[in-house]
Amino acid sequence: MTTAAHQQPATDKNASTKGAISIRNVTKIYDPKGANVLAVDDCSLEIAPAEVCMIVGPSGCGKTTLLNAIAGFHSITSGQIDLDGEMLCGPDKPLADQGADRVVVFQNGALFPWKTLADNVAYGPIVQGLMNKADAREKAISMLSEAGLSGVADKYPGEVSSGMARRAEIVRALINDPKVLLLDEPYRAMDALTKSIMHESLLEVYDRTRVTIFFITHDLEEAIFLGDRVIVMTTRPARTKKIVEVKINRPRDYRLLSSEEFRILVQETKEAVHEEAVKAFEAGERELA
Amino acid sequence: MSNQGVSGHAPTGFQYFLYKTWKSLKTPMPYLAFAGIGLWLLTYFLLNEYWKIFPFFKIPGPVEVITEWLSRDPIWGTSLFTEDYYINIWVSCRRVIIGFALATVLGVPLGLFMGWSKKFKDYTFPVLETLRPIPILAWVPLAIVMFSGFETPIIYLATLASFFVTALNTMLGVESIDESYFRAAGCLGSKKRHVFINVVVPGSLPFIFTGLQISIGVAWFSLVAAEMISGDYGLGYMIMASYMVNKYTTMVMAMLTLGLVGWITSAMVRAAGNRMMRWRAKALGQGGV
Amino acid sequence: MGKASKRQETLGARAKALVSDLTFRRGVLSILIFLTLWEIGFRFNEWFGVMVPFVGKVDAPSIVATRWSDVVLLPGYWESWYLSMGRVFLGFLIAQVIGIPFGLAMAVNKYFRGMFFPPFEILRPIPPLAWVPASIIFWPTTELSIMFVTFLGAFYTIVINVLGGARAVDIQYLRAAQSMGATQWDLFRKIILPGTLPSIFIGAAVGMGITWEVVLAAEMISGGGQQSGGGLGFFIWSSYMGGVMDQVIVGMISIGLAGYISSSLIRYIGYRSMPWRRMF
Repeated sequence: MTTAAHQQPATDKNASTKGAISIRNVTKIYDPKGANVLAVDDCSLEIAPAEVCMIVGPSGCGKTTLLNAIAGFHSITSGQIDLDGEMLCGPDKPLADQGADRVVVFQNGALFPWKTLADNVAYGPIVQGLMNKADAREKAISMLSEAGLSGVADKYPGEVSSGMARRAEIVRALINDPKVLLLDEPYRAMDALTKSIMHESLLEVYDRTRVTIFFITHDLEEAIFLGDRVIVMTTRPARTKKIVEVKINRPRDYRLLSSEEFRILVQETKEAVHEEAVKAFEAGERELA
Repeated sequence: MSNQGVSGHAPTGFQYFLYKTWKSLKTPMPYLAFAGIGLWLLTYFLLNEYWKIFPFFKIPGPVEVITEWLSRDPIWGTSLFTEDYYINIWVSCRRVIIGFALATVLGVPLGLFMGWSKKFKDYTFPVLETLRPIPILAWVPLAIVMFSGFETPIIYLATLASFFVTALNTMLGVESIDESYFRAAGCLGSKKRHVFINVVVPGSLPFIFTGLQISIGVAWFSLVAAEMISGDYGLGYMIMASYMVNKYTTMVMAMLTLGLVGWITSAMVRAAGNRMMRWRAKALGQGGV
Repeated sequence: MGKASKRQETLGARAKALVSDLTFRRGVLSILIFLTLWEIGFRFNEWFGVMVPFVGKVDAPSIVATRWSDVVLLPGYWESWYLSMGRVFLGFLIAQVIGIPFGLAMAVNKYFRGMFFPPFEILRPIPPLAWVPASIIFWPTTELSIMFVTFLGAFYTIVINVLGGARAVDIQYLRAAQSMGATQWDLFRKIILPGTLPSIFIGAAVGMGITWEVVLAAEMISGGGQQSGGGLGFFIWSSYMGGVMDQVIVGMISIGLAGYISSSLIRYIGYRSMPWRRMF
């Protein structure tokens, strides 16, 4: 189930086999206090390298569970997940190892509050032993400058706006040259104006690096605007309900938002999601982890 | 006081302190504080010294105590100018510092491990929780039997009291760290020791310092009790001894000195906390914790 | 018939679940190891002629257990319990009755706070026990002087907790109520008071611990032979004076138990009065 062709990569990165995720028949059962909760039910999904894959669905449907499984935060009950052909987790190994090839950007931001932005960004290469402190810091500062954050590199996350912090978090992820960037509703708590800046920033980053992106969101317009494919998940237990292909060329900009093509795609996605949202609402589900 | 926003840059440091002081003089707060303290002193004076109401007159009033305190040749033998005053202060302080330092050096690492490793906590927490409800003073006879001399049992008691508080608060501190930070560290390629140094320790610092503030208070509490029961030298002993020979003025002097010294040590711990957690102070806008 | 046996069933099931719980088993194991090491530490001298430092002088668990089975039969022992608990609860109650309103008043009215908080803060660093001699001078009876010091100990704690808790009540709740037409009194009774309850109970639990410390100290310092006396502190002290160290340990454990029971009682009352917190 591969997607249509992208625009050719802007860089000379070997984008062909880097960051392909294969999710096959994954099931996840949570067991809080003996109540078997089926979070994900036999879900299968193939994500191509350098693809921007957006996951949408009602709250609490289990989308984060998939992300957690890929990242190695939670185990899976059955099924298998591969990255570039190598098994991350599967029958004999329900919990994947965590690693810097699949870096996560968290919903409420997880920059270490006790480190400056530069130290945060430099953290990955240092602990992996890839660079010494001075070099890592230099690279961190240069990458932060590219993202427009040179002035605040030595400030603490608590001192900068949430938009800047989130951008810095993405830089912190990218400095490790990951195969996959996992984003768990990263812009959820932001106002629309900040969000649009974040989108532009992310698109710019993507165009430069062509990293595979696995992005969970509620915001359908965000999904269509950023993504190559939008996967609509059902309400719990999560299964793939519908896949919307976004065959719009890159680079994209905000003018896309008022185009006919865009509107049609949003409408198509909305219908699918709405059905599931109503079901979830009526079931009175509280959000899972 | 001269740059309140006119030059467009915020005052810092000492200027800021002056600015805040000046601003606060415009509110009723400082005057109320003076009034409150004044009212208390006045009532104290009237009841104990002026009107000599029963049973208040048995305890020396503020004027008597302060005159004695400041006199070069005190009636009862102790004042700011006598040597034994400082010896007693020093002995108590030294005991508290040793006890506090020992408790911190033992309690913080223990708390960190208890918070970090469920296995470790399972094995150590029950024993701790069984011993903790035993009031510190109940240990006095046992301490006297276990350790020889005067100093050691007293220091042991202060250490024990302090230790429980510190260990418990540290453990709670680690447990309070948002799971996201651990996950972020993991997906950036950290090994266990990196997580410990970069997440566990800084993340629990706020709780650790709250615990330390409580623990120094508790150390003083236990120290005074121990000194009163079985001491020689020290402020607690001074209170007891002067009571025994009816030197009530000296007794009140010792009580007030104890309060002052206790407050100073608390403030020092608080200041140390603010320095170590500068990221918090900056995030909260120069207000500190 | 049906209900009783059903309750037994769940009790049995719960007990089984507890025993198979790894955490529980590890806990039991660690306590057993602790007791064993203690026993060995004491017996070392007997068996090998070498005195283990510190621990070697502390009577072994087996000895303590024997002594306890003897002591439990003496009415004097239970009288000590009764006396101490009585003092603790009385002093504690008075501290709550005075402290909670005081704390709430300071939280709600900033002028009151501006005036009364500074002297409160100045007196607070003086440890309650430092007040014992002054208290003895001041109050006519020993019992009252102990009560006063006990009161002080719990008072500071409860006020600080109430103050913190009341001020932390989210202003949104207050605004929501006001927009529905609440009066000042309504606001206080229906929003601030319930919102402060958790802090009141935390303050109470901590204050309980301090109260025990103070009662103990007071009993040990002043109960050594004067008119009133008795209580568990006195029990420990007189055992020490009589050189019966194993009885001292019995006393220590008894107080620990008494303290634990008191704190649990507070926590239970808190749990019952705050149903909205139960889902956690």
